Amino acid sequence: MVDKNLTVAKTGNEAMAEAMRQINPDVVAAYPITPATEIAQIFAGFVADGLVHTEFVRVESEHSAMSAAVGAAAAGGRCMTATSSQGLMLMSEILPIASALRLPIVMPEVNRTIAGPINIHCDHSDTMFVRDSGWMQVYCEDAQEAYDSVLMGIKIAEKAMLPMMVSTDGFIISHCMARVDLIPDEDVTKYLGQYKPETWLLNPDKKITLGGLDLQDYYFEHKMVAIDAMYKSKAIIKECCEEFAGKFGRNYDFFESYEMDDAETAILAMGSVCGTAKVAVDNLRKDGKKVGLVRMRVFRPFPAEELAKTLSNLKTLAIMDRSDAMSAGEAPLAIETKAALYGRKKQPKTHNYVFGLGGRDIKVEEIEDVYKEMLDFTQPEKNFDRKVTYLGVRE
Amino acid sequence: MDNLAEIRWHGRGGQGAKTAALLFGEAAMSLGQYIQAFPEYGPERMGAPVQSFNRISPEPITLHCGVTSPDIVVVLDPTLIATVDVFQGLNEGDSIIINTEKTSAAISEELNIKDKGINVYTVNASGISKEEIGRDIPNTPMLGALVKIYGKLDVEHVLVDMKSKLEKKFRHKPEVIEGNLKAIKRAYGEVKS
Repeated sequence: MVDKNLTVAKTGNEAMAEAMRQINPDVVAAYPITPATEIAQIFAGFVADGLVHTEFVRVESEHSAMSAAVGAAAAGGRCMTATSSQGLMLMSEILPIASALRLPIVMPEVNRTIAGPINIHCDHSDTMFVRDSGWMQVYCEDAQEAYDSVLMGIKIAEKAMLPMMVSTDGFIISHCMARVDLIPDEDVTKYLGQYKPETWLLNPDKKITLGGLDLQDYYFEHKMVAIDAMYKSKAIIKECCEEFAGKFGRNYDFFESYEMDDAETAILAMGSVCGTAKVAVDNLRKDGKKVGLVRMRVFRPFPAEELAKTLSNLKTLAIMDRSDAMSAGEAPLAIETKAALYGRKKQPKTHNYVFGLGGRDIKVEEIEDVYKEMLDFTQPEKNFDRKVTYLGVRE
Repeated sequence: MDNLAEIRWHGRGGQGAKTAALLFGEAAMSLGQYIQAFPEYGPERMGAPVQSFNRISPEPITLHCGVTSPDIVVVLDPTLIATVDVFQGLNEGDSIIINTEKTSAAISEELNIKDKGINVYTVNASGISKEEIGRDIPNTPMLGALVKIYGKLDVEHVLVDMKSKLEKKFRHKPEVIEGNLKAIKRAYGEVKS
């Protein structure tokens, strides 16, 4: 038997909306887009039922949703929105402004590929498209992690004074009902506390200008502040993960290491595929194969040092990307991981796989095949133009 | 993952295949199981063939791929058998439960699957639904049949859990709650091999 009030069956979207109810933000501005629609829809229900005190702004586009969130956050509010895919792309003009203004907006983002061709299913092309926008990015494996990460995200964002997107895999997690353990409302309230911005636009005691024209003489210095903040946010994330584990018993970090202690071969990936890969690891471990998995959670700030340390003792590493970088040689996770490994005395041989574009399913057996290929992997790269293996695509 | 059960529901848009998967998942969870319940998302039209899925396990479930070799298949609409391969991925020892007036022997004969070692069960869920709920909504009685065939959930607990779920869902139509509960109970008792 389980505690019916706290152990609940929720989809990823419901879990993230529930986190938003408990956060009770000052302002939520949102525009619907599949598969993230339900998050704002369910939250709008909470507003209508008087369960939160949020000002819900029904905007006419995602560009406006992000603009409204920026305005409200600049005015000193705790602000949220949610989106997917094309919605995120329409927001993209405003995203770097939110980070440059150091506004701690937290946004659930449901990963969906980007058109064209038009498709509503999962890959990471949307968030990868805005990976350098100055937003922290957390990729979740399941609904439980999505719930926890949204709550933790508020704390991290407000301490780092940077916005954060917390993403789940569209449909695979956003629409899959699973067991989620909730934290009691009062504990969330206590954990997050009141948002006290350092300063805010409508503070008559400390008048400031935000968003002024900033040309050659100062732009670089001001940009540097946001760049530094992103580097420094690593320590804040570490500290917040430890605090969360201490308070609520669930452990998170920049990445999760699964069966990595004696692993010789590993997969590095992000999102729901990692859950499936854990089953592949278990199966291969039963046959005595020394395989492991590193599941990246925090892609921005990129934990280069920690990741390189964890990966450097491997013999071989498969980096599995759910998006492509269109002839960049390899895909985003591979490019950044290899940059982190470059120059180290010890580093694994790597190979990059791109999988699951547009929601293409990937099975345990296919992941086992990747491990098997990497266990025997010896050949150096031959084609330096096109190093990626595209998994599961028909020719 | 040895104790993991995977279930696939076949229905037509509007018959409640998704709702049934969600209700079954929630009922299993309230009995301490880990669960997943998810529909197949594609074009959604009333009457078109649809599928939904469950995973049930006493241990946490990390699989996030599609269900391709289910242990149990539930067919809400017998006319689907002619157009959809409802047996896809079923192996020896697996089970299929079909909403039909026919006996399982007749179905096995008709479909020529007697030597495949698949356990075929039938129950007249539409008939039960018409009698108990007053309409042909086969999803809740089929859920009762599934509880019986799955065999690891106490039906009385399931009924208690279902009652509280239905009370929330049908706040304004209390008359359908009793009918649904009776339908679940009857199908649990009437499903046959």
